[in-house]
Amino acid sequence: MWDRDQMAARAAKELEDGMYVNLGIGIPTLVSNYIPEGMNVTLQSENGMLGMGPFPFEGQEDSDLINAGKQTITELPQTAYFDSATSFGMIRGGKIAMAILGAMEVAENGDLANWMIPGKLVKGMGGAMDLVSGVGRVIVVMDHTNKHGDSKLLRECTLPLTGKSVVHRIITNLGVLDVVSGGLEIIECADGISEQEVRSATEAKIVN
Amino acid sequence: MKKVYGTAEEALKDLLFDGMFIASGGFGLCGIPELLLEAIKDAGTKDLTFASNNAGVDNFGIGILLETRQVKKMISSYVGENAEFMRQYLAGELELEFNPQGTLAERMRSAGCGIPGFYTKTGVGTIIADGKEHKDFNGETYILEESLFADLSIIKAWKADETGNLIFRKTARNFNPPAAMCGKVCVVEVEEIVPTGSIDPDLIHLPGIYVHRIIKGQHEKRIEQRTTRPAA
Repeated sequence: MWDRDQMAARAAKELEDGMYVNLGIGIPTLVSNYIPEGMNVTLQSENGMLGMGPFPFEGQEDSDLINAGKQTITELPQTAYFDSATSFGMIRGGKIAMAILGAMEVAENGDLANWMIPGKLVKGMGGAMDLVSGVGRVIVVMDHTNKHGDSKLLRECTLPLTGKSVVHRIITNLGVLDVVSGGLEIIECADGISEQEVRSATEAKIVN
Repeated sequence: MKKVYGTAEEALKDLLFDGMFIASGGFGLCGIPELLLEAIKDAGTKDLTFASNNAGVDNFGIGILLETRQVKKMISSYVGENAEFMRQYLAGELELEFNPQGTLAERMRSAGCGIPGFYTKTGVGTIIADGKEHKDFNGETYILEESLFADLSIIKAWKADETGNLIFRKTARNFNPPAAMCGKVCVVEVEEIVPTGSIDPDLIHLPGIYVHRIIKGQHEKRIEQRTTRPAA
């Protein structure tokens, strides 16, 4: 089984040299720690920045320089700033190669739910709907099951959708699955996890 | 015509009316028009509709107008971090229209460009698409989103010249240019007003045609999530 860092490290293997990528909050943020040495990947922050750098050293925080999670960050030599309409123009326009984000549920047809639980406090979708419908490739990184042990990879999502048929690949603590015609395909199992264990933890239809 | 005003109160005095629709710049607490929001609180204007990505926090940003019950409706993409907002919303005292963040930005920008609506894939197949016109282009389905034409735009920039040409700083630009463009009148608050001609015309982020009134003031520029890394 993979822990959070191992899931992030696995997700980092999806990156390619020269890519422009948007990382969501949580485990996806950790992916930036595993970008291979020498590989040039530019991180987009949808509040209006390409070329997101690491957190600042104490005393060097700048209230005018934050990421989409409202955390203080730093710039890099290649950084560019722009307004929110331009930022989502590049997202909607398909210029961002990949988004790596968390999820509450993913269905076997690639439907994604990650913004709202009816009856619970709803904070809003932020930029998630724009990202999943606009970027080239959507990678979900999440635990395979919820805290009750129920599969988060479902026949159909039960929660309101963030996007319809938008997910390409799912990386969980148990392995890697792709959304293919007719269901999900197991691509890889996590360390110490058998294919049978992935199958029995998955409600969605597994093909092949 | 003189665009520079002495205070936020003077700049807003004849522009405010109950029930008006205001577009505000800012993302979280970054680049918000904090002085103009304070002046709207002092003016006591009621039943306001705000198009703003966020709703501030409990005692800062739009949060100060929630405390005084001046806001009727918010059009936003994310409203966490605000307990009073949630209390009013759950009690049915406040209307809320969630917009995907890029759709919100484009609804502002397109209004400023004279475009009444646009088609987007964002939200297709979700509750956001309910009741909206669907149309296929090249085999893909899009929904129609209508532009947001505001009575007033309030924004924050870093520097202005006396004609309203603006420069923003880092990620504090965010929603400020699109918010500026979508209002009948735009008031900007800045940290510095520089003489006309002192900004390189090639480096202006938003031309003064979009800016009608300018004030300068001291900004708190509060940080919402102070994150640092250990010293090397």
